[in-house]
Amino acid sequence: MTATAGSIGKAGPAGTVKAGRSVGSRIVEKLGGGLVRVVLIVVGLFWLVPTIGLLVSSLRAPQDMSGSGWWTVFTKPSQLTVDSYQKLLENPDITNSLVNTVLITVPATILVVVIGALAGYAFAWMEFPGRDWWFLGVVSLLVVPVQVALIPIAELFGRLGLFGTIFGVILFHTGFGLPFAVFLLRNFFAEIPRELLEAARLDGAGELRLFARVVMPLGGPAIASLGIFQFLWVWNDMLVALVFTKSGTQPITVALQTQVRQFGNNIDVLAPGAFISMVIPLAVFFAFQRQFVSGVMAGAVK
Amino acid sequence: MASAAAAGAPPGPAAPRSRRSVTGTRRTVAALFLLPALVLLGALVVYPIGYSLVRSFSNASGDGFAGIDNYKTLFTDDGIRTALKNNVLWVVFAPTVSTALGLVFAVLTERVRWGTAFKLVVFMPMAISMLAAGIIFRLVYDQDPDKGVANAVWVGVHDTFAQSSAFPKAHPGRDSPLRPDRGGFVTEAAVHAGQPVFLPLVGVAPDQLPDGVRKAVAAKPEPGKVTGTTWQDFTRGKGVGRLGAPDPSEVGYAGMRIEAVKDGTVVASTKASADGTFTLPAAADGARLRLPASNFREPYNGVDWLGPALVTPSIIGAYVWMWAGFAMVLIAAGLAGVPRELLEAARVDGASEWQVFRKVTVPLLAPVLAVVVVTLMINVLKVFDLVFIIAPGSSQDDANVLALELYRKGFAEGQPGIASAISVFLLLLVIPVMLFNIRRLRREVRR
Repeated sequence: MTATAGSIGKAGPAGTVKAGRSVGSRIVEKLGGGLVRVVLIVVGLFWLVPTIGLLVSSLRAPQDMSGSGWWTVFTKPSQLTVDSYQKLLENPDITNSLVNTVLITVPATILVVVIGALAGYAFAWMEFPGRDWWFLGVVSLLVVPVQVALIPIAELFGRLGLFGTIFGVILFHTGFGLPFAVFLLRNFFAEIPRELLEAARLDGAGELRLFARVVMPLGGPAIASLGIFQFLWVWNDMLVALVFTKSGTQPITVALQTQVRQFGNNIDVLAPGAFISMVIPLAVFFAFQRQFVSGVMAGAVK
Repeated sequence: MASAAAAGAPPGPAAPRSRRSVTGTRRTVAALFLLPALVLLGALVVYPIGYSLVRSFSNASGDGFAGIDNYKTLFTDDGIRTALKNNVLWVVFAPTVSTALGLVFAVLTERVRWGTAFKLVVFMPMAISMLAAGIIFRLVYDQDPDKGVANAVWVGVHDTFAQSSAFPKAHPGRDSPLRPDRGGFVTEAAVHAGQPVFLPLVGVAPDQLPDGVRKAVAAKPEPGKVTGTTWQDFTRGKGVGRLGAPDPSEVGYAGMRIEAVKDGTVVASTKASADGTFTLPAAADGARLRLPASNFREPYNGVDWLGPALVTPSIIGAYVWMWAGFAMVLIAAGLAGVPRELLEAARVDGASEWQVFRKVTVPLLAPVLAVVVVTLMINVLKVFDLVFIIAPGSSQDDANVLALELYRKGFAEGQPGIASAISVFLLLLVIPVMLFNIRRLRREVRR
């Protein structure tokens, strides 16, 4: 949890200096402090309960689920079973869709990082006419909603034979990930000390070498933030995949979505399925929260 | 989530030094570095904008000019009107509630040592998909209080304050002295003091009987008073036994309300004790006994969270659950930049904590709050998954939003012209932010 302190927890000192306060105000403060703790604990539980509900539901047999609430496991823990998970992982539709999710997410992340870094470097350190205008043009695309592109790209992919392919989905995610990637990396690369680049240049490094050996390694933190951001974004996407995939190429989100229509009698598929789809994002989140948070911040405030 | 960048705050402070090319780049090299990004952006983002614009003025099949018909539909079609109305609700409430909660959490966690753990919990939903969040909240909002935690809590609170009735399915059996009356039951004949009355019913499942029921006892006659028994004239596995008289295995209807009615007015009333016996004063002599409807009302079943009336607020609740953490983290970062001395100075001047918060902290955070609200507003315009997943088929029309309607029109109903008009409309809504981004960045970039 040490990483935590550096990221989410960096917001401020845990307490402020309180000097020269009257006894009365200190008592009020003590009481207030207790109240604050109680409120935070209640809110924290409130925030946790929905997720715990899903986890517990995924660990109960369907016949238990129809009769009583998931919270009854706390009095009758014998209900817990991993049967639903076992059944789910024997279902080829689900396992295929998990594989598809990986096949979509990993390339879409790598492509955005590489292509975004190339462009970000060019915008930061190369001279060409209209450079800043081009950059502004790219950044202005940050707010374009993906919905705008669904119909035109569906048609375009149809003509190119990309509709329903994993490659098509990867392309779409790459395109819509680029404005943020270029924005983030250009700003980060622009902060690289000029001397470093000049020194490498004097050593005879070519353009590509300079990019691969100096700029990319120095850009590590920004690249990590971007990579995690894009990874989670693509992994969690449902809309784009819903439009552009067909039955063999669906990622897990779309596969589960088709089950939601019969909500109620298939909770034994939905609950473990949703939980499996959350495991990787949560692992990434807890392992790299510092980078994740700084990616979020880079997007909004600085 | 890329929309986090949407409000497009300033980039890092541009380097004061000139960023002239160190490499003496040839333009062709620059072009090669940029080419992949520009081609993809052109084909996948810019081209669709132009195409949507053209498409929005074409008819459904795309081969004829439709003028502004598609845009007219936008404001006349009932489905789209509902979507617009809901979008207004979303844009007004989701960002403000998320930001307000984020602000409160950020300020409160500053004073607690384990604030970081709290932040982690609240921020975590940001990492999961809207699909997963949707499934999570379908479970939370389940109508059945034995499945949905929201209704379980709600019903629990409700039943603490309002006693729910205990015998929803009870009804007279064979040869009963009772007949139906205004949702309850009433005796056919008048009752008289000193002659015990039997009010047998059947049909309450054993596990539904109230706690503390006891074996039914035949009431003893009492001079000057009307006595009687009301009980379940049936035992599972044993049947009715002696019809119209309590058997040893049968239980009393503890708490059943009994009214004595004369000429339509209630002259006396009481409740049955645990063994089902009851006693009414002499006033009840000659009256007929009624078991009023309140005894048989269906138990309170909670709120229909996903019904037509509440579905949009409920889904907004799920959104707030996901995004309050985002607001909290950004605001906490802003809070860290607020000079402590200012707050201390205000406190030393005698300001209460509330005044410090209201008059110092909030104004200093105003720019951050604005960025968070605007970012969330843009994000909210694009909400699709949550509505698509949480709203059950029966109330999806009532929960409709523009992004969902666009998907339906474009991919389910074969109306790409109208869908394109919706997408252009969405784009128009974010253009002010786009311009704001450009203006802000231009100052930074041009050094």
